[in-house]
Amino acid sequence: MAWFSRSKENIAPDTKKKEDMPDGLWEKCPDCGEIINKKQLENNFFTCIKCDYHFRIGSEQYIKILLDKDSFKEMDRKMRSADPLEFEDTKRYKDRIDSTIKKTGLYDAVKTGTGKINSREVALGCMDFGFIGGSMGSVVGEKLARLAVKARKNKIPLIIISSSGGARMMEGALSLMQMAKTSGRLAELADAKIPYISILTDPTTGGTTASYAMLGDIIIAEPKALIGFAGPRVIKQTIGKDLPEGFQRSEFLLEHGFVDLISHRKDLKMNLSNILDILM
Amino acid sequence: MPKTVLDFEKPIIELEERLEQMKSASDGLNIDNEIKIIEEKVRTLKESVYKSLTRWQRVQLARHPDRPYTLDYIYMMTENFIELHGDRYFKDDKAIVGGLAKIEGYKVMIIGQQKGRDTKSNLYRNFGMPNPEGYRKALRLMKTAEKFNLPVICLLDTPGAFPGLEAEERGQAEAIARNLLEMSRLKVPIIVAIIGEGASGGALGIGVGDRILMLENGWYSVISPESCSSILWRSWEYKEQAAEALKLTAHDLLPLKVIDKIVPEPLGGAHKNHQEAADLLKTYILSELKELIKIKPDKLVSARVEKFAQMGAYTE
Repeated sequence: MAWFSRSKENIAPDTKKKEDMPDGLWEKCPDCGEIINKKQLENNFFTCIKCDYHFRIGSEQYIKILLDKDSFKEMDRKMRSADPLEFEDTKRYKDRIDSTIKKTGLYDAVKTGTGKINSREVALGCMDFGFIGGSMGSVVGEKLARLAVKARKNKIPLIIISSSGGARMMEGALSLMQMAKTSGRLAELADAKIPYISILTDPTTGGTTASYAMLGDIIIAEPKALIGFAGPRVIKQTIGKDLPEGFQRSEFLLEHGFVDLISHRKDLKMNLSNILDILM
Repeated sequence: MPKTVLDFEKPIIELEERLEQMKSASDGLNIDNEIKIIEEKVRTLKESVYKSLTRWQRVQLARHPDRPYTLDYIYMMTENFIELHGDRYFKDDKAIVGGLAKIEGYKVMIIGQQKGRDTKSNLYRNFGMPNPEGYRKALRLMKTAEKFNLPVICLLDTPGAFPGLEAEERGQAEAIARNLLEMSRLKVPIIVAIIGEGASGGALGIGVGDRILMLENGWYSVISPESCSSILWRSWEYKEQAAEALKLTAHDLLPLKVIDKIVPEPLGGAHKNHQEAADLLKTYILSELKELIKIKPDKLVSARVEKFAQMGAYTE
């Protein structure tokens, strides 16, 4: 019977070798299918060279795109959620945070700090959709609220880039209250006549839209970003009909009067700089 | 209309009915002792049931179709209520009501989400789910209140802002966001009371204030237990677990400092005795009102912003 039993070790693929391979030099555009070289994509501000599709990017990339080189000084980098409800669904919230921190290298769904746009000092907050869907809990609310205070005290304009599924369920009513917290600080900023520019990227929905994202003196959206209060699936369920083409996209919001302008990512820095030049 | 009876209310109602039968049949019979025993039983049963309500049971009480709604409270608590309509831009949203009133002589603006009691009135009120024009109407009334130095009272009771196509077209998110900002700096006192359901941004849209009161059997959270279940458990079946996890009752929210005070309800819930519920709420509102009108507008506003700035839990 021994004629088919293995005397040597199992044959296995050499995984080490594979890791050494450059992983994915190419990216496929989800919209038009164009295959783009990664370096080329980065040089093109992470937008498709053929159809202008805006790839979803994180705070790290936005900081590089918008701020003068090495000018960013981060605030409250290590602030993290205290899990006030000891929330548990199919997984413990605490574990979810730990694993997301490990996976993303971020501590929560927003990076805040000061930096320079064409030598002008600004306060910048940028959300990361990669951190639990860019959801807003205590940390996002607190960091943005502090940023707004910083902007007011230093008399520098505030810029927030939103990318968020809305308020974070795992912190219950406390997440909801972050909407009021940030709006209150923005009211103080407005009273001090310091400009606040809100930039909406794909996607910006729920409690994020229904608070600071919609409160900019100037609201800029990236092309074709999903922006709304209720998600499209919920609305479809409510009305029992298919939604019209382009519903809740940036162009739809512009048409209905809820954003000031739509800006290609490559023009974002120039647009911000020109607006601030006039407002400040 | 047949009375709605929740599952956990059943044994109490059955016992109460038996008691009534005994009382009406007691003529000439010597069963006073038995009646006393049953009365005692009803009392202890009620106490034990309502002392140990689960969070989901409180959600059910908050949604009880016999529960008093905003207009009920307004009529029971105030005099000379004059309802004011419309946002002056688009239309009059029937899911938010508001107007001028006097409460124990104090002149106020009182605003709240309004549900319907039957199918017809629920359709009229859109089940208490406001559209953007509702929030804009509320803001217009608050600005009027500010102009004439009237304190604002907001009663929260909504399953959420309406998730419809037109609501999005007309800027549901913008309307709520605008209210949060403007309520933060309104120069008159604002007292908020969650009287039933406080579902998410739809509730908070008229919920920024100097004092936040909450009825004992209300719920207030970032999402309804059903929607939370469908997203996190990917099924509608886990609403009870979701309600537990969300910690959405008044007793949960007091230590988290999301609310300032719990307003007690009549034993068994506000629907058992509307007048008593309204009297209790009125007492609480009045005591806050008397304090708040003494504070100077600028102090009031900065204290309000600081109050919400304190909410949250994080480590550094």
